[in-house]
Amino acid sequence: MTELVKVCDLQVAVRTGAGVDVPIVHGADFSLHKGEVLALIGESGSGKTTIALSLMGYARSGCHIVGGSVQVDGTDLLTLSDSKLTKVRGRTVSYIAQSAAAAFNPAITIMNQVIESAMIHKTCSRKEAEKKAIGLFRELALPDPEHIGERYPHQVSGGQLQRLMAAMALITDPILVILDEPTTALDVTTQIEVLRAFKKVVRERNTTAVYVSHDLAVVAQMADRIVVLKNGEIQENSLTKDLLIEPKHEYTKSLLSAMKPESRQDTATQTIMDLETSTPLLEVRNLEVCFEKDKRVLQDIDLKIRRGSTVGVIGESGSGKTTLARSIVGLVEPSLGNIYLDGEALNASASGRTREQLRRVQYVFQNADTALNPLHTVEDILARPLSFYHGMKGQKRRDRVAELLSLVHLPDSIAKRRPTELSGGQKQRINLARALAAEPDIILCDEVTSALDTVVGAAILELMADLRQKLKVSYLFISHDISMVQAICDEVVVLYSGFKVEQGAGESFKRPPFHPYTQLLIDSVPEMKQGWLESTGANHEALPKIAPEKANVVLCPFLDRCSVRIEGKCNQVIPARKKLEKGNQIFCHHSFSNQKAQEIEVEKQPISQLQSV
Amino acid sequence: MNTHTPSTTTVESTQKASFSSRFHVRSISGLIGLILVGFWLVISVIGPMLSPYPPNDFVSNTVFGPMSMKHLFGTDYLGRDIFSRVLAGTPYTIGVALAATVAACLAGVISGLVAAAATSWVDMTISRTQDALISIPSKMFALIMVASFGSSVPILILTAAIAYMPGSFRIARSLAVNVMTLDYVQVARLRGESMPYIIFKEVLPNMFRPVLTDFGLRFVFIVLLLSAMSFLGLGIQPPEADWGSLVRENIGGLSSGAPAVIMPAIAIATLTIGVNLLIDSIGSKSVQH
Repeated sequence: MTELVKVCDLQVAVRTGAGVDVPIVHGADFSLHKGEVLALIGESGSGKTTIALSLMGYARSGCHIVGGSVQVDGTDLLTLSDSKLTKVRGRTVSYIAQSAAAAFNPAITIMNQVIESAMIHKTCSRKEAEKKAIGLFRELALPDPEHIGERYPHQVSGGQLQRLMAAMALITDPILVILDEPTTALDVTTQIEVLRAFKKVVRERNTTAVYVSHDLAVVAQMADRIVVLKNGEIQENSLTKDLLIEPKHEYTKSLLSAMKPESRQDTATQTIMDLETSTPLLEVRNLEVCFEKDKRVLQDIDLKIRRGSTVGVIGESGSGKTTLARSIVGLVEPSLGNIYLDGEALNASASGRTREQLRRVQYVFQNADTALNPLHTVEDILARPLSFYHGMKGQKRRDRVAELLSLVHLPDSIAKRRPTELSGGQKQRINLARALAAEPDIILCDEVTSALDTVVGAAILELMADLRQKLKVSYLFISHDISMVQAICDEVVVLYSGFKVEQGAGESFKRPPFHPYTQLLIDSVPEMKQGWLESTGANHEALPKIAPEKANVVLCPFLDRCSVRIEGKCNQVIPARKKLEKGNQIFCHHSFSNQKAQEIEVEKQPISQLQSV
Repeated sequence: MNTHTPSTTTVESTQKASFSSRFHVRSISGLIGLILVGFWLVISVIGPMLSPYPPNDFVSNTVFGPMSMKHLFGTDYLGRDIFSRVLAGTPYTIGVALAATVAACLAGVISGLVAAAATSWVDMTISRTQDALISIPSKMFALIMVASFGSSVPILILTAAIAYMPGSFRIARSLAVNVMTLDYVQVARLRGESMPYIIFKEVLPNMFRPVLTDFGLRFVFIVLLLSAMSFLGLGIQPPEADWGSLVRENIGGLSSGAPAVIMPAIAIATLTIGVNLLIDSIGSKSVQH
């Protein structure tokens, strides 16, 4: 078979302000046969997107292609003029971007955008293009393929939009499709649907594709061949099955090991059990949060965090996990329920809490880019809580800043820099160090690793585990990544659309039974082996609608998506909270046991009684 | 900042680097703007000292005289030296406009910050009051003010400041509202910081550049408003004159092409164009090469 795409000695450089070229891709060589899917994998800054874009003869502003050749179907794209390149883009080579939400024009109907490239390149008439688009919608398993094109982008979900973008890319039957991190912004449960749709289309149409990703497990499902990149250089280029079993390069090995979080339940768990009877450090009782009038985003949440323990909260976007953390720190006022610190009720709003209470509970924001004031230096950022809470000044404060920096493994010299001059991982460390500066009892971490590369994220987690040992601080860990949470947390809470559906020890999430939603989450986490996508239990087709028998009845929130729901029970009454044999509390009609599970009384004592505890 | 990454580690050099990148003039047009503005600022201070004749004396027998070595910009309708009168008018035009702009922007930015930080009903009260003010056409407002209080320098400054404050308020409030929702402000709130700290340390520095651009723009508007007022005879009162009144006084010379009417007009044009060029280059984001 001949090579359809051949990249030889590709070099891309960035021109600095001084007019000097700094190479960012140093001579990449690879090739693709027809129908082959090649993955480019690496951390941010490894040059994977730059290489992918150069396959369309394109370089982002500031970059330019210095040398080499990119042959697609016999033509060297790098020698073409701009006007010829416009004929290639969207026709011969098409592109699927990371964020479909940003790539669609909100003011134009989906159909018009999907067939746009066919119209521009005049590959077929409008009627034919629309017919073809509907065919693609069906292949991509989109709901209501006949009419989905009439909607506007905001009327479909994120996963659907991503699939619609694939239809857009495939409408002209391109020779090569570039997928640039197409599932990174999606929830795991959505990601699996999108991956499955992509894979089906790619296989059926024998499409040649380049798949850019940082996630080795996702790539293992999609690609025949994997190219591993680091700092613009190809580290390894192997068949997927060889790379997973026997990585040749050291860097590939480190990537593979970073994907598997190590279990961190050590001695800490034991000491927590001893403290079971004493007052918990932080307690959330019967919490309910409403937005606007009747829109409940959290209800009936009970949570205890003991001194020195780590509690994980997981759920997909919109499950209310961030709202939970924000109501604990007082950014969102709950409509019902209370939060207690060491048995003492906290004011609902942060402005009503004492400085000491604020100091003891620190919140680390998800995105370090926006959580650090770009005009303050690192020293300003770290020194403020020191003088604010501890009244430190002068040399003493400078010493403490240096101490904090070394605690998060950063050099002293960084103190005079501003956040814009730091890398993502460094910023997140500063973000964490600022929380530590207050010497808190508990740190709430909102998806602190989700914006970071796998390797960098793993290092941050490592650091946090270290600090827990050293400083005896407790964590509330919010994440969408169940594998990470169960590995590092003593206790895990699973949220689904504002309900706590399962709660139990981190260990217990290693073996079934689980709540059906937890099961779906676990099944949706890509595993680092080929064929996982086809074999995983999360393979359900869309379930038929199940109507509640009576209107206006509160039912199990997971009803519509549950594969083990019981007709006549799940759509009639709200489930009770039960205790499974392994100790987990679940919110489900099933008890997943031969013996009759004991139904426990939901802890709903009157508030007055609670305060006397 | 966006372009340079200072590799030096001393406080001074970092500050200098950020200062220079904030005020770095990145283009030829920006440089021209800087030169024009700088020139007029210097003239407004030392101009009266350079004047060859007392500006209000009748020094020539020719009215609307041409440019000559004796009278660089010619003479006006009463035979006064226009060069001296332009120099003498510079502090009026620039000084009054500058004072009014500073007052307008200070009031606008402070009320904008208060509105953005305060509870919703305080915000509503301030915003609606400013909306009411913004709905009055600035020239009508100025005419009413002068009609009721007479024309004097303080009244002119006050009038221009009130007329242009709501625009500054609108911009400052919308900028502050955006910055207020950013995570680092939430962090400061969660730390228990007071409102003044949040406003002055966290929010204000991050709206500095757009506020500065707005300042320049507002300055130009105010120069034009004051010139228009003087042109109508309601600004600076004779025998003193700012550039606008010089144009009006000598409008009779327009048909004969007298420099007496052209020169002050050129002065107004160069100042406003210069400020525009300068703020364009400060306000535009630098393109990274």
